Amino acid sequence: MPEHDLVCFATRGFDSEPWSLDNYLSVGGYRAWQRVLDGELDRAAIIEQVKASGLRGRGGAGFPTGLKHSFMPREAPMQKYLVCNSDESEPGTCHDREILRLNPHSLIEGMAISAYAMGATVAYNYIRGEFIDEPVPRFEAALQEAYDAGWLGKDIRGSGIDVDIHTFVGAGAYICGEETGLLESLEGKPGKPRFKPPFPAQHGLYGAPTTINNTQSLASIPTIILKGPQWFVDVGVEGSSGTAIFSISGHVERPGNYELPLGIPFRKLLEIAGGMLGGRELKAVIPGGSSVPVMPAGNIIDATMDFDAIKAAGSSLGTGAVVVMDETTCMVGMLRRISRFYYAESCGQCTPCREGTGWLYRVLTRVMEGTGTHADLDMLVDVANKIEGHTICALGDAAAWPVQSFLKHFRHEFEYMIDHGGRSIVAAPDAAAA
Amino acid sequence: MSARAFTPELSAQVCAEIDRWVGKFPAGRQRSAVLAALHAVQHENGGYLTPELMNAVADYLEMPPIQVYEIATFYSMFETKPVGRHSISVCTNISCMLRGADDIVAHIENRLGIRTGESTPDGRFYLKQEEECLAACCGAPMMMVDHRYYENLTPAAVDEVLDGLD
Repeated sequence: MPEHDLVCFATRGFDSEPWSLDNYLSVGGYRAWQRVLDGELDRAAIIEQVKASGLRGRGGAGFPTGLKHSFMPREAPMQKYLVCNSDESEPGTCHDREILRLNPHSLIEGMAISAYAMGATVAYNYIRGEFIDEPVPRFEAALQEAYDAGWLGKDIRGSGIDVDIHTFVGAGAYICGEETGLLESLEGKPGKPRFKPPFPAQHGLYGAPTTINNTQSLASIPTIILKGPQWFVDVGVEGSSGTAIFSISGHVERPGNYELPLGIPFRKLLEIAGGMLGGRELKAVIPGGSSVPVMPAGNIIDATMDFDAIKAAGSSLGTGAVVVMDETTCMVGMLRRISRFYYAESCGQCTPCREGTGWLYRVLTRVMEGTGTHADLDMLVDVANKIEGHTICALGDAAAWPVQSFLKHFRHEFEYMIDHGGRSIVAAPDAAAA
Repeated sequence: MSARAFTPELSAQVCAEIDRWVGKFPAGRQRSAVLAALHAVQHENGGYLTPELMNAVADYLEMPPIQVYEIATFYSMFETKPVGRHSISVCTNISCMLRGADDIVAHIENRLGIRTGESTPDGRFYLKQEEECLAACCGAPMMMVDHRYYENLTPAAVDEVLDGLD
């Protein structure tokens, strides 16, 4: 893909310090913000452009970003906040780390524009605690550069516009990626998600109107303003505008973060990632992070990578984390690892999730240890169904969907293991038939 | 009343760091700095928190101590028991699992003679039970040692990292 089509990775290919302000300026950086500071676009115009671009949130839910911004009472005379969610922790997902490390100014500019559009003078970037060694200092250094160059602060470049951006560092909790859990954490509390309504746009950080957006969503906004919403629409496909960064991991020859137009065929994506590791056969793909339903090879191989197509094929584009599994993968083992994760990360406030995730993990463990029964498989689905939709936040659904989908598509692997005392079908004498 | 006079457990350096964080939040919202405060205190104390240190943080931020204990036990990066001075977290989540993370864990357990969740008797290493994906999936398998990321690991690469630690 030609370099000029890159949105979030525009400086990534630079040999020397791609994260520097000079490099960012050389690809048109801060020109969109300058236009806003010059008064060329008012708040409503910015939000209209983001709406018209069709940008959908890159953090997993795919909610239209411009619409979310329009929910804020932007002209109301009260303190309002923008919060960036850099608590990247959906298993398989690692592109926000790349934006923070390699192009932090795109995020800063996107945060500044968005904060202004929503009438917020203060913005926080919530970065996960494990990023404390490299992405955090890189982002903080970029913030300092932006302040020193006069792109942030009070009465920026004589415009009368105030925007201050602060870094916040988490301390290890997947649940803080949920936006209201994140707000609790930002207030210095355990990250337990809040009941909604009220939604953050009415009652967010410290009770003030707040919008939370993902890193990649915000980093896309300067380019949308600079090149115009139609440019962004034209890059993608209907219903899925623009580029997205796909984190391709697992059994491929060249795992990596690839920024590509939405709607790219899965076959092409796999080719870009170097094809299957060792030339082995594709068995399954998790197309959007561990929370979304798994797809058997046959369901994804001819699909295109956009919100509508992946939904139609039975899953979700989620975070764009594409986890590729080949024929040697034991699907029971995969599901047990996923279930352990949700069990460990459940915040514990809703009984179906707190208790149910433990049940899922323990039942899957006994299947792997050779003491499972066929009735256990129905119980797994039953427990998952009783978690789904019965919790404050989506972690419950995220724990349920993998169980439902692995059993829907790969039930024979679970049955084989139960019938063979815990032996995986991929370890069978005729494993190639798995 | 200045809480500072009653919190001799916090060093001047830690207090300055906490003050820097408090400055990012609106007046009266200093509780927002509790995660940063615990990071700073834990770092200075060799990798874990003590009840005395948590109480000092509570005092400094004018919070009830129970709220600080809640934070320290909710978030996985805080240790509330003594641990080895070099913290090793191997990511074993799905992307790393597919690329051999379990073999990396086994190699480290064998080399150090401890199980995951334990520290070596000489107090050098702590092999942490890491449940989360550490968001370096395209460099799987990976580990985090004293906050630094090491990607595309092999047993030899792990040995090189661990040999370089005091």
